[in-house]
Amino acid sequence: MSDAQNRNSLVKKRKSATEETAQIIFTICASFTILAVLSITVYMIINGTPALFKVGIKEILFGTIWKPTAADPKFGILYVILTSIVGTLMAVLLGVPIGVLTAVFLAEVAPKRLAAIVKPAVELLAGIPSVIYGLLGLMILNPLMYKWELILFKDSTTHQFTGGANLISAVLVLAIMILPTVINMSETAIRAVHPQLKSSSLALGASHMQTIFKVILPAAKSGIMTAIVLGIGRAIGEAMAITLVSGSSVNIPLPFNSVRFLTTAIVSEMGYASDLHRQVLFTIGLVLFAFIMIINLILEKIIKSGGEQDA
Amino acid sequence: MKKSVMKMTAIMSSMILAAGMLMACGQTATEEADTLSGSISMAGSTSMEKLANAVAESFMELHPDVTVTAEFTGSSAGIESLTAGSVDIGNSSRNLKDSEKEAGAVENIVAIDGIAVVVDPANTVEGLTKDQLIDIYTGKIKNWSEVGGEDSVIIVVGREAGSGTRGAFEELLEIEDACAYANELDSTGAVMAKVASTPGAIGYVSLDVVDDTVIALPLDGVEPTEENIKAGSYFLSRPFVMATMGEVSEQSEAVVALFDWLKSDEGKEVIKSVGLITVD
Repeated sequence: MSDAQNRNSLVKKRKSATEETAQIIFTICASFTILAVLSITVYMIINGTPALFKVGIKEILFGTIWKPTAADPKFGILYVILTSIVGTLMAVLLGVPIGVLTAVFLAEVAPKRLAAIVKPAVELLAGIPSVIYGLLGLMILNPLMYKWELILFKDSTTHQFTGGANLISAVLVLAIMILPTVINMSETAIRAVHPQLKSSSLALGASHMQTIFKVILPAAKSGIMTAIVLGIGRAIGEAMAITLVSGSSVNIPLPFNSVRFLTTAIVSEMGYASDLHRQVLFTIGLVLFAFIMIINLILEKIIKSGGEQDA
Repeated sequence: MKKSVMKMTAIMSSMILAAGMLMACGQTATEEADTLSGSISMAGSTSMEKLANAVAESFMELHPDVTVTAEFTGSSAGIESLTAGSVDIGNSSRNLKDSEKEAGAVENIVAIDGIAVVVDPANTVEGLTKDQLIDIYTGKIKNWSEVGGEDSVIIVVGREAGSGTRGAFEELLEIEDACAYANELDSTGAVMAKVASTPGAIGYVSLDVVDDTVIALPLDGVEPTEENIKAGSYFLSRPFVMATMGEVSEQSEAVVALFDWLKSDEGKEVIKSVGLITVD
């Protein structure tokens, strides 16, 4: 009897030892993430702030002239910031309705067989490397935009022709790129809506479409909002795809202008930049970082308020 | 099994032996040169950074006892350091001014940087003058018909700020920071691809990368060829000067060896490897 008890406690002890080591390993793994986030934050602030004070916060953030290598250098990135904001918003305005409706289609409308084709296609879209989107944009969108540009600005004396590398091309590429994120997240949210809500609505005589728009989508609101915010995050942080299609000149973000985003501003000039020019590129990184932080805070708020609603 | 192991060891050891002998040969060859020691300091043109670094690296590999240091402060600052006596070689990506020559600096042209102006293969323009080129890049001329081509818009393609090619192009045309680019691309390859695929596009690239996907335009009636650049008739080119105080022969042993090496086949290979044209 006592022998068995002994063995029992031994097992317990051994178990608790494994438990403890496992816990330690988990903690170490978690602290790596925190360490990474912390060091990135600290690094960005240390590298991004000096130029702000050397050039002047107002001159950088609200200046409109970008001439980093001139004898009298100008580091205004207002147009670059505006391009990122306008480009992302346009991409979201295009991508979100398509994405959410596709999600509704997948979760509610599509016959099972069709959904079985669309769903993997969406997942494949998510896995395609961003540079491939850029290449396709370069080969398909740019020539198309060039044709439109030639027609639209036929008699214009002020328009600078860009050969199709413009804001619209970048926005279209971004809109397609955020589709998988929006579709997957929204679909999960729609599927998570309690089936009783749907059957109640149908039992009260509402049509399927009425149920979708009046009951299911409102009920999935917080999940869809999360999808939108994640889409924004993906769009604002994308560099590789749009650097190929946007033309990369610093201009006001008008549809047919060649434009430069926050991300592409860093990518395109990092190679040869030196001294203050390089520091300003880090400042651009800091601005981008701030944008991402804001987006994350919004996301957190949405998720929190969504949780409260459910409770 | 055992036999094959023995065979292997035999092959291996003979290979090692052979390698050892080769190395020994190599050593005797460099040993003569290795009496060379000392240090060479350079300062000057940022455009010559690639060349200077490549030269320094290869030369130090050849002569381990020699240290070559290079700073990139700008052509004028480099020559100033040279005449002030703080460096052995002043790098300059332009011809020396008379005042600099009077101060004792001697112009040794080691390489030439050539830039080609390229257009898409369907373009019918036969060539451009310097003024036309300037007007195109500053946005005054917007249609190819204004310079003798078809009625088609001009897409001005260039490089990003900080690029050496852009710096040289704008400097040679004296349109620094006055260019109105429709596309600022961040690599030579991207410029070539954009120009090749966009009707009406014009761009500039280092001469050595031009291929038949684009047309390299004659400028002021002069074809962009190595011969014309060496003859000095093609204006979009600039000399890379490694200036010394007094003639090369009056310099330290290490500096003399460096210039001799630059003229050797090996040195010329290094110059070509960074996309430059060698001088004879």
